[in-house]
Amino acid sequence: MTAPTEGLSRLHGGLRLPSHKARSTANPIREVAVPPRLIMPLGRRPGAAARPLVAPGDRVARGQRIAAGHASVSANVHAGSSGVVTAIRAHPVPGRGGAAEVPCILVDTDGEDRPHPGCRPLPRAVTDDPAALAGAVEAAGILGLGGAAYPTAPKLAEGLGRGLQGLILNGAECEPCISCDDRLMRERAADIVAGARLMLTILGIRECLVAVESDKPEAWQAMKAALADAAEDIRLIQLPTVYPSGGEDQLVKLLTGREVPSGGLPTDVGYLVHNVGTAEAVARLAATGEPLISRVVTMTGEGIAAPGNYRVRLGTPMAAVARAAGGYTEEAACLIMGGPMTGVSLPHDDFPVVGSTNCLLFTRERPAESPEPERPCIRCGECARVCPVRLQPQQLFRHTRPADEEALALLGLDDCIECGCCDLVCPSHIPLTRSFRGAKATLQLKAHERRKAERARQRFEARERRLRERRDAARERQDDVRRQAGADAIREILARRHAGRPDEGSDGDGD
Amino acid sequence: MLAAVLTLAVPAFAAGLGLAWAARRLPSDEQPLVERIDAILPQTQCAQCGYPGCRPYARAIADGEADINQCPPGGEQTIRELAVLLGRDPVRLDPARGSEPEPRVAFIREDDCIGCARCLPACPVDAIVGAPRYLHTVIEHECTGCELCLEPCPVDCIDLLPVRAPRDVR
Repeated sequence: MTAPTEGLSRLHGGLRLPSHKARSTANPIREVAVPPRLIMPLGRRPGAAARPLVAPGDRVARGQRIAAGHASVSANVHAGSSGVVTAIRAHPVPGRGGAAEVPCILVDTDGEDRPHPGCRPLPRAVTDDPAALAGAVEAAGILGLGGAAYPTAPKLAEGLGRGLQGLILNGAECEPCISCDDRLMRERAADIVAGARLMLTILGIRECLVAVESDKPEAWQAMKAALADAAEDIRLIQLPTVYPSGGEDQLVKLLTGREVPSGGLPTDVGYLVHNVGTAEAVARLAATGEPLISRVVTMTGEGIAAPGNYRVRLGTPMAAVARAAGGYTEEAACLIMGGPMTGVSLPHDDFPVVGSTNCLLFTRERPAESPEPERPCIRCGECARVCPVRLQPQQLFRHTRPADEEALALLGLDDCIECGCCDLVCPSHIPLTRSFRGAKATLQLKAHERRKAERARQRFEARERRLRERRDAARERQDDVRRQAGADAIREILARRHAGRPDEGSDGDGD
Repeated sequence: MLAAVLTLAVPAFAAGLGLAWAARRLPSDEQPLVERIDAILPQTQCAQCGYPGCRPYARAIADGEADINQCPPGGEQTIRELAVLLGRDPVRLDPARGSEPEPRVAFIREDDCIGCARCLPACPVDAIVGAPRYLHTVIEHECTGCELCLEPCPVDCIDLLPVRAPRDVR
């Protein structure tokens, strides 16, 4: 096996982390049975949530659209199995910022798992036509399955007409513990390649790079075999196993040597990055007509009895997935959605599996949060050496307490990808990433307040101007009358008016 | 001797004239003081400072008429920023003007509103929609919570509610 790692750019910083993946990669992907109740979130952002198309009491079938997405911010939602809609109400849903109450459609499943008649394989006429195919991807509500769960259709549309050079399929999976992409590449390599071809059709380009980290030799072999007869320009590239090489911008830098500008997107340098799981979902849609109703979730950690990868219907409660994975062990103390570096800690397991649930980690303690007490910064600069974005975490940290907006903006707080490398190397155990996350939220809130104040100022000034103009116009009219009739005439008119309405004004009271 | 004095004096005088002309004729880079003060104020337009809006108050501060501690909605933060801008010492918020309020928005109870339209001209940011004998409502995200609409309402149908979390901060 020759791995073309040479010719790759170097990533600044990063860490070689113990991968802890062997625990979950031993067994093939297993199917989790449909739970008695599915919880389908309509979107975390108020005002941008999907619009329900069903009402409580309606019967739904597997793959039936039950909510319509909102432009580019939320995707269509499809029923994970057949059953009856019991309620549409708020339910806790996990997300990047932690848990939140989000409107959800609750479906009580009937165990039949009856497919919706509309779910049919896409005909050639659709798979060959870029626009029709893009429409089908949008209709199927496919989300990026790497972890951010951004809707796939608008992301693909973003790459159109921008002189795109290539598509990058992200199979790096650099974060420890997570192995869902690894197993998927081993087992469904052909589907991933088919999905990549479909994406290339939509984008109207031919070049595709598939990036796999060097610690996944089996996945690499499987992908290589699937690509053996590839007519297109699909190349497999092996990455050195360094965290966070799988970050979107980091991956582009590694593969192409081009740096995504601050605040920009990979499309700004001619590349579009999609996860291998997303490609598989697109292939699944084309082959079976099934919209996005399931994903592969890595169940791992000391706290779970049968670690491994499981295909789970979206909306399945995490507790049900844990039961399917052998249940909890005595050691289970903490639940993290995502990996140990970027995951979010969840307070309990009464959450549905959502598009961004790539991994559920049941640990003894949260690895990223060291139990050691925080000590003052000694300016060793270790954090700056490992920062993949080349920020100065120690400087940033100094300006987060209290948040000094200007300094933070100057130091590039917005470019922080919250990878957690600085936390891990800090000898003083300072929770750097957490403070950066907090500072980002504070700055966003401040910016929101500033925007609001600016709008209020404009509205106030517009009103002042309007009142002034109205006053001026009235005075002008008066002047006109004065010019035409003379001041005496006005006095006469006013006197007549007072006389006509004796009860108004102080003059009338005196009588 | 005279030559040396002239060599220095004449160019210096010429440069002085040039600078004086430039100061007078060229637009300055810096925003006028009033603008910069106005940018710090919270733009609630509530008139609690004794001036009919944030900009008039900014003008009064710039002219030295008003102190910097008359803005309750801005609170300590605004006073501190003004003090830095004007090179003064921060002072306590003037208690006569009120205390620093929680951010709130006005809400018209539709069942009680009689459609008198008296609250409309009171709103400094035109955030109330309505017409005589029609129901009025407040545009939530434009309302600054200044409370100026409470006083003219004859049936007291306007409440001030806590601000909901911003729709989408990101």
